[in-house]
Amino acid sequence: MSDIAIRVEKISKRYRIGLAQERPDTLRDLLVSSVRRFKHMFSSPEGGRYDDPAHIWALKDVSFEVEKGQVLGIVGRNGAGKSTLLKILSRVTDPTEGFGEIHGRVGSLLEVGTGFHPELSGRENIYLNGAILGMRRDEIDRKFDEIVAFSEVGKFIDTPVKRFSSGMYLRLAFAVAAHLEPEILVVDEVLAVGDAEFQRKCLGKMNDVAQEGRTVLFVSHNMSAILRLTQETIVLDEGKIVLRAPTPQAVDHYLNMGLTKQGERFWSEEELNASSDNFKPIALRVKNPDGQIVDTVNSSEGFSIEFEYRLNEDISGLRVGLYMMTTRGEYVFTTFDTDDPEVYHKFSNRPAGHYFSRCKIPPNLMNEGRFILGLNASVYRIRRHFQDDRALTFTVDATGAPGTHWPEQRLGPVRPQFEWVIEGLEN
Amino acid sequence: MTAETSQSQAKQSPTIYLRPSKGWLSIDFKELWRYRELIFFLTWRDIKVRYKQAVLGIAWAILQPLLTTLIFTVIFGVLLGTPSQDLPYPLFSLTALLPWQLFSTALQRSSVSLVGNANLITKIYFPRLAIPLSSVFAALVDFGVSFGVLLLVMAYYRYWPGWNILWLLPIVLLALLTALAVGLWLSALNVQYRDIQHMVPFLIQVWMYASPIVYPIDTIPEGLWRSLYGLNPMVGVIQGFRWALLGADPPDITMAISVIVVLVLLISGLYYFRRMEKTFADIV
Repeated sequence: MSDIAIRVEKISKRYRIGLAQERPDTLRDLLVSSVRRFKHMFSSPEGGRYDDPAHIWALKDVSFEVEKGQVLGIVGRNGAGKSTLLKILSRVTDPTEGFGEIHGRVGSLLEVGTGFHPELSGRENIYLNGAILGMRRDEIDRKFDEIVAFSEVGKFIDTPVKRFSSGMYLRLAFAVAAHLEPEILVVDEVLAVGDAEFQRKCLGKMNDVAQEGRTVLFVSHNMSAILRLTQETIVLDEGKIVLRAPTPQAVDHYLNMGLTKQGERFWSEEELNASSDNFKPIALRVKNPDGQIVDTVNSSEGFSIEFEYRLNEDISGLRVGLYMMTTRGEYVFTTFDTDDPEVYHKFSNRPAGHYFSRCKIPPNLMNEGRFILGLNASVYRIRRHFQDDRALTFTVDATGAPGTHWPEQRLGPVRPQFEWVIEGLEN
Repeated sequence: MTAETSQSQAKQSPTIYLRPSKGWLSIDFKELWRYRELIFFLTWRDIKVRYKQAVLGIAWAILQPLLTTLIFTVIFGVLLGTPSQDLPYPLFSLTALLPWQLFSTALQRSSVSLVGNANLITKIYFPRLAIPLSSVFAALVDFGVSFGVLLLVMAYYRYWPGWNILWLLPIVLLALLTALAVGLWLSALNVQYRDIQHMVPFLIQVWMYASPIVYPIDTIPEGLWRSLYGLNPMVGVIQGFRWALLGADPPDITMAISVIVVLVLLISGLYYFRRMEKTFADIV
């Protein structure tokens, strides 16, 4: 028992459905909805049920243990209950049912820079943020120089942070959080922000924390970070633990989860939230050169990726992007349908209507393996209409690709055909 | 595991239990004490931020009561000839305005404090009481600054406080507790019903005219009416201020009523706050 850091048993959390839209924000709303509910009791046959407001279980019967010193990953799609779980573990909110115990001081990095005040200087914010994260004043005094050095904001330390660049702001915020010394660290998506250099630094720090033998719960959409930092991972889906396994296995399971049809992916209304307002994705398909929808394509033949969508309103400057990723989370390439300047000008304004954006992947580009397609539809620097980082996975088969007369596995996600010249000098 | 290691472990790593909260919870003053540095830093932040990027800065803490006193003196003292318990009218109103502004600032800031700190509440655990508490404490700093000015104005009118000035400590505490008591109720309600933050300015305005700031307490007939008037805890506070500093009529039975009202509001407010606390992160 002494080597268990976290134990939760049948933890569940219930939220009222449509909390965002239907919650009575004001007394007037409350009155209006009460009256409506009262009326419904008489007018509709199953009206009595209005007495029990509809609820959803964000988490249902989640049980697990984490040993001291373990670094446990948690993955799952948006809405799978990851954040709710972390909120319960960090005591921000209470479980509706169940029981849990935590042995040790918990520090949570649910969002870097929480409690930073734009008007205060970097120095002042270090103290404020430190106190909010649970550091004692003498502890902050002691670590102050280290925090400033880590953040690299140096001479700007007495400038209000509202004048900081976003990079400086993030570095300072992470520096404070990274110098917490809790026995149990709960981390949610801190790596989703910042430039590559910053992310590298964060990962390094996280690695140090793990090496020091502290218990870490690490939530991320970044599979390569999960693979690097954790040995074991929990996969959450619809509020339940669907798998707890060694990380590579769990990541594979997660990436292959929930695909309705092989080689094709549809979006239902429920999956789309308010952010995809006038941009409605319909389907994403992988097609072989004959136009058939397939799960496995041949590298030497090439293939195409087709994205079908609908615009309910004109959108100017829209670009539809495709990200190819390995199952390890490394990007292979990014491409947009308006990369060609001529096409870009032609479609500077896309009127409302039904569209297909097709991308032709040339023969002899991809190496064999499983790949993930991510999608993005945005207006550069203005607005992101739609994003799905793992819309579809598919397999590339390398039969007949250059070099396959040697039956060995080639390294790297791509396997392009290059022009080689062998020059032999007569001597 | 030996008894020794279990003890040392218990000291370093307290076990935290996660379970559904049900019913009324007790108030964990020990935990609140452990988080005293956070309360300090939140108070300090409120004070720092309030006068940032204001040319006059903290001087506003002096100007506000002085300007209000000037307006009251012209309208009520000079134009309407309101009686002022034989005190110079500016001194009469300023002495009341100081505890009043302490109270109204503390109440106003604490009632919106939880919503204003929603980003903290939804991200990090700490005793939620720290937030309204620090808003109330922050109001004390303004009070301290303006109190210096009151002493100068008193010196100008040749008024010297006697030993009674020591009574100011419990009286200021009563004003703070009143603000905290009402602030606890309103801040917790405001999390769910944003109507509260629109209501508070009116509440404060009405409350001001229901307190003996521009007029003396004698205006209210003695007996039943005076006792009802005492339900407003600020009556006792203001009366006490004039008595402790200027030697006006000492507080009477109204003070006892005020104290009881505050205690009832405070204890019920604490329990209501604790009861709602666990839902703040979900509904704010």
